Amino acid sequence: MRGKCGLFFSSYRAEAGLFPSAFQKTCLGLFLAALCACPLVLDTYHVSILNVILIAVIGAAGLNLLTGVCGQISLGHGAFVGVGAYASALATLSGWPFVLSLLAGGLAAAATGMVFGLPSLRLKGIYLAIATLAAQLILEYLFLHATALTGGSNGLALDAPQILGFSFNTDTRIFYLILAVAVAVVLGVANIIRTRPGRAFVAIRDHHLSAEIAGVNLFAGKLSAFGVSAFLAGVAGCLWAHYTMFINPEQFGITLSISYLAMIVIGGLGSVIGAIMGAVFITLLPELLNLASGGLAGLFPDMSASLNALREGVFGLTLILFLIFEPEGLAHRWRLIKAYWKLYPFAH
Amino acid sequence: MLEYYLQLLVNGLVVGSIYSLVALGFVIIYKATKVVNFAQGELLMVGAYVCYALTVQAQVPFVAAFLLTLGFSVVLGLAVERLALRPLIGEAHISVIMVTIGLSSVLKSLVQLFWGTNIQVFPEVLPNTPVFIAGMPVSPVYIAAFALSFLLFAGFSLFFKYSRLGIAMRATAFDQQAAQSMGIGVKNIFALSWCIACVVSCVGGVILGNINGINAQLGYMGLKVFPAVILGGLDSLLGAAVGGLIIGVLENVCDGLAKDVLNLSGFKEVAAFVVLVVILMIRPYGLFGTHEIERV
Repeated sequence: MRGKCGLFFSSYRAEAGLFPSAFQKTCLGLFLAALCACPLVLDTYHVSILNVILIAVIGAAGLNLLTGVCGQISLGHGAFVGVGAYASALATLSGWPFVLSLLAGGLAAAATGMVFGLPSLRLKGIYLAIATLAAQLILEYLFLHATALTGGSNGLALDAPQILGFSFNTDTRIFYLILAVAVAVVLGVANIIRTRPGRAFVAIRDHHLSAEIAGVNLFAGKLSAFGVSAFLAGVAGCLWAHYTMFINPEQFGITLSISYLAMIVIGGLGSVIGAIMGAVFITLLPELLNLASGGLAGLFPDMSASLNALREGVFGLTLILFLIFEPEGLAHRWRLIKAYWKLYPFAH
Repeated sequence: MLEYYLQLLVNGLVVGSIYSLVALGFVIIYKATKVVNFAQGELLMVGAYVCYALTVQAQVPFVAAFLLTLGFSVVLGLAVERLALRPLIGEAHISVIMVTIGLSSVLKSLVQLFWGTNIQVFPEVLPNTPVFIAGMPVSPVYIAAFALSFLLFAGFSLFFKYSRLGIAMRATAFDQQAAQSMGIGVKNIFALSWCIACVVSCVGGVILGNINGINAQLGYMGLKVFPAVILGGLDSLLGAAVGGLIIGVLENVCDGLAKDVLNLSGFKEVAAFVVLVVILMIRPYGLFGTHEIERV
């Protein structure tokens, strides 16, 4: 996809750069500035949706690294998010500062992810998917029954995060915290993908034997993909726990794993911007449904009762339709739109 | 004490025979089309609810309702294969997995929209008085469930062994290209395997409905199928039967043991998956599955 009009690279380093053109840099800068300004214009409810979206972006970017880039299907990401949430909650409750408990959450999730990623050396494709499904269900059981640590079905209650005495106790304040972490995560993932480890992941995904012949250590590669991906899931979990200030096992069920997978499939496997678009799409879908059902409530008064069922149905249907009609995801469509306007009005 | 465990064993065998049925459907689809079906439990649930609607809501006699349910499941299988799975032939594993997950969401939501989330109870079909086998009281529904599953298995084994269509299905499972060049319509075989899978799941659903009543959580049964098929071997019919029974028994006995010895509740949900992880570590191709060897 290189070779945009007027871009001539004179070194490999420049070609592999994160932002090849000044225009792209400006656009991203403007986008970030607009995001930062969002809480000034939006009301609290919309800022809270933005927060949820940003947390989803972190988790989806992590899962995309594992599933989209390295080709290892994980049905256990919801539980990894849960491990991060519980570990960081326990750390905060025992008096650790927030930044340390963020790290603790990430590392605990990474360790769990790597343990359940161990079978990935022997198992491929659907066998691995089933192994991670088992991980999901076993961890869910632990969340519910290790009552001494997790509080069981009563859950754990937390305080708002504090850094150096500054408390992030409103939606707007915590928005900037989550935004900062999300930007760091997205840039980090983009950097992993374009450098040696990322290219090794791609090689493992495309053909594991060829990758090994080319000098990629399969075991180390797969395991580190699991580790990094679960670390990011744990970070998302930590932010989620400190944002909602209450966690219980139900939040980290298999539904969460499935919605993360749906994000990266709908957004576009293996693309950073795809993970972001997918996270936005899947998080906004129920909100849009709520809006639509609010409008239709006058016509069908018993609509709100079946709203939950409807939400699940629309989710499933969207997933199926995307897989059939847009298998490359939103990121691909975005590229096509850009290509169309680049040649406009001379498109052939 | 011993009686308690024997009771658990019997319960396990009955639940296991339903796992076997669902696993049979799963294995037939996997063998013929290499699709991992995450919606198997929801197919079972839909079958159960359709039978419930016919017997209770439309007052059709049970036998007629059962046959109508089978007919419905054939149509459902054809529709699912044609609309959702056929466009994805040749796509990556993850796309196919995700499409069956989407399908399970859609089916679940349809059931909830039509019938709500409360438990619904089937009318009594068989007498309620227990039959005594070796001094143990066993409900006739259990015996019927076990017998029906056994019959289905025997029937399908014969079908795959001797009928023309069954042999065509095995040929497709073995090598799709070769089968196609011998004049087998591979896409028709795909459709047929979805039909069969739907039918056996529906039978499982109806049996389960007669034992426990049905609710919208029935779909989680589909997840239990994974330990069963991995234990038996993903592409073996015999494996599905044996694996389902073993997992059913194991999960009930483990649950009893965990309650007695460790004072843990709800271990039933997870016991099968612990076994699953162990099998995947030791013998991923299961008891009777094909051991694929990779050569460079």
